[in-house]
Amino acid sequence: MSNPANLKYTASHEWVKTETDGNISVGITQHAQELLGDMVFVETPAVGRKLKAKEECAVVESVKAAADIYAPVNGVVTAVNSKLDSTPEDINADPYRSWMFRMKPDNPADVAALMDAKAYQAVVDSEAH
Amino acid sequence: MTLKQTPLNAAHRAMGAKMVDFGGWDMPVNYGSQIDEHHQVRNDCGMFDVSHMRVVDMKGTGGRDFLRYLLANNVDKLTSPGKALYSCMLLDNGGVIDDLIVYFMKEDWFRIVVNAGTADKDIAWMKQQAAQHAPKLVINDHPELAMIAVQGPNARAKVWEALPGSRELTENLIPFSAAEMGTMFIARTGYTGEDGFEVMIPANAAPYFWATLAEKGVKPIGLGARDTLRLEAGMNLYGQDMDETINPLEAGLAWTVDLKSQRDFIGKSALLANPPTRKLVGLVLLDRGVLRGHQKVHTDHGEGEITSGSFSPTLEKSIALARVPIGVQISDTVQVSIRDKMLSAKVVKYPFARNGKGLI
Repeated sequence: MSNPANLKYTASHEWVKTETDGNISVGITQHAQELLGDMVFVETPAVGRKLKAKEECAVVESVKAAADIYAPVNGVVTAVNSKLDSTPEDINADPYRSWMFRMKPDNPADVAALMDAKAYQAVVDSEAH
Repeated sequence: MTLKQTPLNAAHRAMGAKMVDFGGWDMPVNYGSQIDEHHQVRNDCGMFDVSHMRVVDMKGTGGRDFLRYLLANNVDKLTSPGKALYSCMLLDNGGVIDDLIVYFMKEDWFRIVVNAGTADKDIAWMKQQAAQHAPKLVINDHPELAMIAVQGPNARAKVWEALPGSRELTENLIPFSAAEMGTMFIARTGYTGEDGFEVMIPANAAPYFWATLAEKGVKPIGLGARDTLRLEAGMNLYGQDMDETINPLEAGLAWTVDLKSQRDFIGKSALLANPPTRKLVGLVLLDRGVLRGHQKVHTDHGEGEITSGSFSPTLEKSIALARVPIGVQISDTVQVSIRDKMLSAKVVKYPFARNGKGLI
């Protein structure tokens, strides 16, 4: 599965989608879900929490390991995907539709400055060697 | 460092395995979904490459007397050829060097299977002790033997299909016993809590046997599911649940230590001199989250620690083994520190699941 061209990415393997209202959705990439394996637990941040870029704000746990999720930019949490509480395996099945939380970014330019799909793929490729 | 490979390395890759560095071995962690592989073994059967484990043969005179002294469990329980015994091998201070299975084949042949990561250390210890106590005993390890575990309710029938002639030799084997078949060795043992066989086979014949099992519909299972299966079955993992700093009485292995007979064995005096203050218990997490090794456990009797924890695919809950103060009782509720939270867990008697069913 290739990384969708309409999304932005972080080096810590989050994807970021700008929604029509200007808020962003955050999830983990295909590469990250492959590394972690079968998901069994997701912990999302509280709505209203202010986040700094690169701050630990959520956790996914697979059978194998726990992994921290980092805020991609500065902003405020506006929503969480509570559906993942009961079906964390959705992240394995469809990582780019399984958003974990939404944020209102302090500065939309921060989002624009994140990696595009091609730059992110280079990060993934460099980790494989 | 170059990773060591088993004779099945190419087969794993051809079957789409995700390979990982497992204690210096290039091993399959899964071939897709670890949870699916786990259920496959509980409900049908699957095969594991455990060729990294080491076979050690003790041949010649004095083997039984030597093992009576070397092992914490008593090999005098082995009276009929083919019978196996699970035991710890201890240091003088009672710490566990390794846990192993010893098969009594003939009075002058005992076969031992030890863990991969400890094999070299184990063999050095055995030879050092034998030099003093059984100088005529010949101790040889067999890294050229591969080992394939086939586990699950349908495992034995699949092995019989894949190995013509094996049914006659192994159909009457009781659990925890083994038979020879030419250059192969078939044991009704395992590490999953399911019925099945562990088959030791010369390395050059292993890929064909593996491929034949696959043709008969046996699915390959990675080390990831092997760990959740053994945890549900309440089986200890060396290096996590016990090691050289822990004695077997504090690792849930008192049932494998024979302190009743008169015989002396390495570590016995230390065990008698130091009654246990901690014990191994099962935990089931009551809150949402996943228990993991090294998380702190808070009880009314003091602090403990999780030694193995994961998600149980059979129970669909998180479970763990934890070493806690000896006063902790079954059904107590304890608190586990997970990141910045304290979550509640219930103390339970393990195993958690065996023979296809949850037991909690």
